[in-house]
Amino acid sequence: MLLELSRVSKSFGPVEVLSEVDLAIDAGEVCALVGDNGAGKSTLVKCIAGIHGVDGGTIAVDGRARDISGPRDAAALGIEVVYQDLALCDNLDVVENMFLGRERLHGVVLDDDAMEQLAAETLDGLAVRTIRDLRQTVASLSGGQRQTVAIAKAVLWNSRLVILDEPTAALGVAQTRQVLELIRRLADQGLAVLYISHNLNDVFAVADRIAALYLGRMAAVLDAADATQSQVVELITSGRSGALGLTETNGART
Amino acid sequence: MSADVKTQPETRREPGAVRAVADHARGYLAKVRSGEVGALPAVTGIIALCVFFGAVEPVFLSVGNLENLFGQGAAVACIAMGLVFVLVIGEIDLSAGYASGVCAAVMAVLLTERGLPWPIGIGAAIATGVAIGLLLGAIVVKLGIPSFVVTLAAFLAFQGVVLIILDEGKNISINDETVKAIAGGNLERWQGWALLAVTVAAYAALQLSRWRRRRGRGLAHDPLAVVCARIAALAALLTATVFLLNLERSANPQLVSLTGVPIVVVVLGALFVLWSFVLHRTRFGRHLYAVGGNAEAALRAGVAVDRVRITAFVICSGMAAVGGIVAASRAASVDPNTGGSNVLLLSVGAAVIGGASLFGGKGTVRAALLGGAVVAIINNGMGLMGLSAGVRFGVTGAVLLLAAGVDAMSRGRGALFGRH
Repeated sequence: MLLELSRVSKSFGPVEVLSEVDLAIDAGEVCALVGDNGAGKSTLVKCIAGIHGVDGGTIAVDGRARDISGPRDAAALGIEVVYQDLALCDNLDVVENMFLGRERLHGVVLDDDAMEQLAAETLDGLAVRTIRDLRQTVASLSGGQRQTVAIAKAVLWNSRLVILDEPTAALGVAQTRQVLELIRRLADQGLAVLYISHNLNDVFAVADRIAALYLGRMAAVLDAADATQSQVVELITSGRSGALGLTETNGART
Repeated sequence: MSADVKTQPETRREPGAVRAVADHARGYLAKVRSGEVGALPAVTGIIALCVFFGAVEPVFLSVGNLENLFGQGAAVACIAMGLVFVLVIGEIDLSAGYASGVCAAVMAVLLTERGLPWPIGIGAAIATGVAIGLLLGAIVVKLGIPSFVVTLAAFLAFQGVVLIILDEGKNISINDETVKAIAGGNLERWQGWALLAVTVAAYAALQLSRWRRRRGRGLAHDPLAVVCARIAALAALLTATVFLLNLERSANPQLVSLTGVPIVVVVLGALFVLWSFVLHRTRFGRHLYAVGGNAEAALRAGVAVDRVRITAFVICSGMAAVGGIVAASRAASVDPNTGGSNVLLLSVGAAVIGGASLFGGKGTVRAALLGGAVVAIINNGMGLMGLSAGVRFGVTGAVLLLAAGVDAMSRGRGALFGRH
């Protein structure tokens, strides 16, 4: 397993946001993380990304428990997060955004040509055909193109696990499809993808497995091929669906 | 054109395809229409103003007045170049004018009252500017007080500091010949031509090597014709400038001969090259724009946001010191008004007129120089027309408002046409 969470817990003061969550993601697969608002999705992502430390449990990468105490630690392990609000600079162009904070230098001078070439190769590698001019500012891009740049930025760094937080939330139908295709391509190239979404159509369109969080606990992890939408909805809303899910949902564990 | 491009985002990107000259021009037009006006308003303004003042007051176009323009605008242009750095990160420095006064006063006291040599005077002035910037930047960044308030307080305080350094407001004259030459001296004629040759050769070498490199790597590059046209345009502009400034401009050539490129032009040119390089070719410059565009994104990308912001204030105040030195050199004295009255507002105006945005994320050193030229031309031309200071202030204010309007409108267009 590329990433393995076991019994991860996290509290903010008296509020237990994550309670003994188990999750494993392998290279080459898209794992969707679903759950209602407040289920702990964002907190879980931030724990993996090193923004929050965990209170209990372990995060293992390549089978070894790691101490991820900051975004740089996560990046060093090949974990990149594409946040919901994108984190792009509108006034910089596509290349400048992709290399922001990790610019290629030639002495003290920026090596813009090398960066542009690498950016072009990365986008070509992802079969991105929607971005025509790498030197246009990000402000002039559409929502889907911006999301594409954000994702391409994440894979530029030999990353192995890409975490996408609601990447299609603000997109139209055609652009959502493009981004979903891009996500599928990431996995096909051997990356692990953790995909967070509210939209079950999108989840079923792209995910290999679906992990449902309910009130900070992992209700179930299903193979997308065997699951139905109504099962997943039940897991999200009540934490159980038939034989699946938490046997006790009022807070006590069995 | 712009509409076509924007509604067809699916077109294939073609790295390596040589864009024809016509395409190049169309691309530029599309950029302008979508709100990236760049230097266009300032250049248009300069041409229009020159035509107007030249028609009304023919002496405006005399060689002597050309030299005057450089001298009058130099201090403001220096301060404006520094202000660009704080404007790009979305901050403001209202104290830059009086900071230049403080630095000039420090220099005057060391040179004239202590009799120290000029390198110490100039060094101390710039060190004072750097220290001021460090202080302002640290207060803004570490205490989180808006730069508007911090520098407004500094604006008031520095006014007092100048008075204290100058013993309640006396006038200290500058007698050091080297310092006086900064704004008062001229190059020999041949030095002007030599400098021109070196500048054009360096520019041509940079442009051509960049063109070759990008073509070699298969990246999108401008047509060779466009590159050559750019080099030719710069060569023509500089040749005309050097030729004119090398003409005799003394009213009484038998008595005293006045020819040659003013040294202050060389100083402005060198500062322009230095700060343009820092802004566009270094990691710090890139981070400066990133912080101005989206500080949160810059932080997540690992940019040392606090350090970048403090450095911007240091550069701004350091350049204010340079502006103070130039002003003191031109006046051959320092008094409590050095860097005072309208200097700061003209400097901010110059940067904004040139295309820097008060909203951050946008601005170039070239903008400061072009805007400084607009401000200098307005004041010089209206002075020649014999208009009162009152009218001059009024018109300069109106031009600033116009420039801010252009900025706001281009932002609006960017939002309207840029995204969908």
